[in-house]
Amino acid sequence: MSLATREALRGFRRSPVLSLLSITTIAFSLYAFALFGLVALNIRSALAQVEDRVEIRAFVVDGTAAEATSAASGDIGAFPEVQSVTLVTSEQALERARKELGEFSDVFEAGILPASLDVRLKPGFRDPATVKAVAERLKSYDFTDDVRYGEEWVQKLYRIRNIATLAGLVLGLAFAGVAVIIVGSTIRMSVLARAREIAIMRLVGATDGFIRSPFLIDGTLKGTLGGMLALGLTWVSYSLITRYVIAAQFFDVRLVIAGVAAGAVLGFVGSALSVSRHLRSV
Amino acid sequence: MIRFTRVTKEFPRTGIALREVSFHIARGEFVFLTGPSGAGKSTILKLCYLDQRPSDGEVRVAGMSSVAIRGGDVSKLRRRLGVIFQDFRLLEDRTVEANIGFALEVTGAPTDSIAPKVARLLSQVGLSSKATAFPAELSGGEQQRVAIARALANDPALVIADEPTGNLDERATRGVFQLLRDINAAGTTIIMATHDLDLVKRAECRTLELNHGALVFDSAAPGATVLARDEGTV
Repeated sequence: MSLATREALRGFRRSPVLSLLSITTIAFSLYAFALFGLVALNIRSALAQVEDRVEIRAFVVDGTAAEATSAASGDIGAFPEVQSVTLVTSEQALERARKELGEFSDVFEAGILPASLDVRLKPGFRDPATVKAVAERLKSYDFTDDVRYGEEWVQKLYRIRNIATLAGLVLGLAFAGVAVIIVGSTIRMSVLARAREIAIMRLVGATDGFIRSPFLIDGTLKGTLGGMLALGLTWVSYSLITRYVIAAQFFDVRLVIAGVAAGAVLGFVGSALSVSRHLRSV
Repeated sequence: MIRFTRVTKEFPRTGIALREVSFHIARGEFVFLTGPSGAGKSTILKLCYLDQRPSDGEVRVAGMSSVAIRGGDVSKLRRRLGVIFQDFRLLEDRTVEANIGFALEVTGAPTDSIAPKVARLLSQVGLSSKATAFPAELSGGEQQRVAIARALANDPALVIADEPTGNLDERATRGVFQLLRDINAAGTTIIMATHDLDLVKRAECRTLELNHGALVFDSAAPGATVLARDEGTV
């Protein structure tokens, strides 16, 4: 085992309470960040589901030839914003209405509802301006009777999404900032607790890089353990919320790994900054 | 080994600590640095191991110059020096042998060379029987011997001792001083700051005396006259 690793582990053994305190502090600051992340993830996922329902419906003038709508359908499907185009015949429209709306269940005649081209847009093209632009282009076809897409609803949805994104960014940065400060301060305590060793190392000619290495290992280890503890706490909170409040979504494997890695990076960077600051000051 | 050329050291808050100090210490010398508290003794020693840099002038130690040295070379210089303090500066949670071995480990000595070297150093300072003791279990004199052994770990060409007998009784002082004389006799240059004028008189070594940041006496100067001691100004 290298001297740097031994020295890092010695720090753990010599002051277990301080080490535990550091890990717990890192864990709780990451836990707060993770909880916030979980809320943000679920809001985003809910909004994405709603957004997925953004659809433009172009009603076709009665008596339009099937070839014309079919050709237009291919044409519209080639728009860069368009994900899919579905031709809904008058019969299919009635069938759908019967399923969705009770008052149509007694209607037997087809032709009461117009045929339509239902256009879905690709993710990233569901903002009010794009939706409106595509709707305008659909209106320009001769066979188009009317185009509907719930203009107000799309605008509201987008406003909510923008607010949620902005709030997420600001709060996320604030939480991350607080986590960095707390972790930095915690690791600074470990550095100060070993100031005597640092002074002696310098005196006998150890390089600054060598002096740093045990602290970097120490910080990375504490950050990783803190990250894992935070993950456990977040999982427990998520399970409780899912069981007693609302079915929620948890981070996927990539985000879980990224979260623990963030703890490690936070510990590493916090240590590097603290020990460098200390070495500059002595 | 050490050359100070018109060295001035000024601190932002406390003002001038040394003013245009010049002297030369040759390889193999044993030199006392004396003077009242605040005269600048510790500042001279810190300049020797480049814990501080001069505000003006040049310090040359073991072939390295304070003017030209880069940050990374300071650690190289310190491996060629041994430093001893009044308060020993030992690691309380490590045994005597671990304290000495630590100096070797952190400077990258091969692992298998550490134990024999520590044993040899302990024998040199007369503490072979205390290898597994902790500093708190030793007397002041013994702790200072451990600190000396640690200072010798990297076979320094120069030992810098800042009041090494300041916390010791008469008997321990004599023992530590004799140990330093023996180290000097083996060829290591020693510069030692002290308040103990009796020790200085008895030893008959070269003495540099400081007062108010100025070098006021050098016993090796031609005629060994007082340079500025009676002027009252520096």
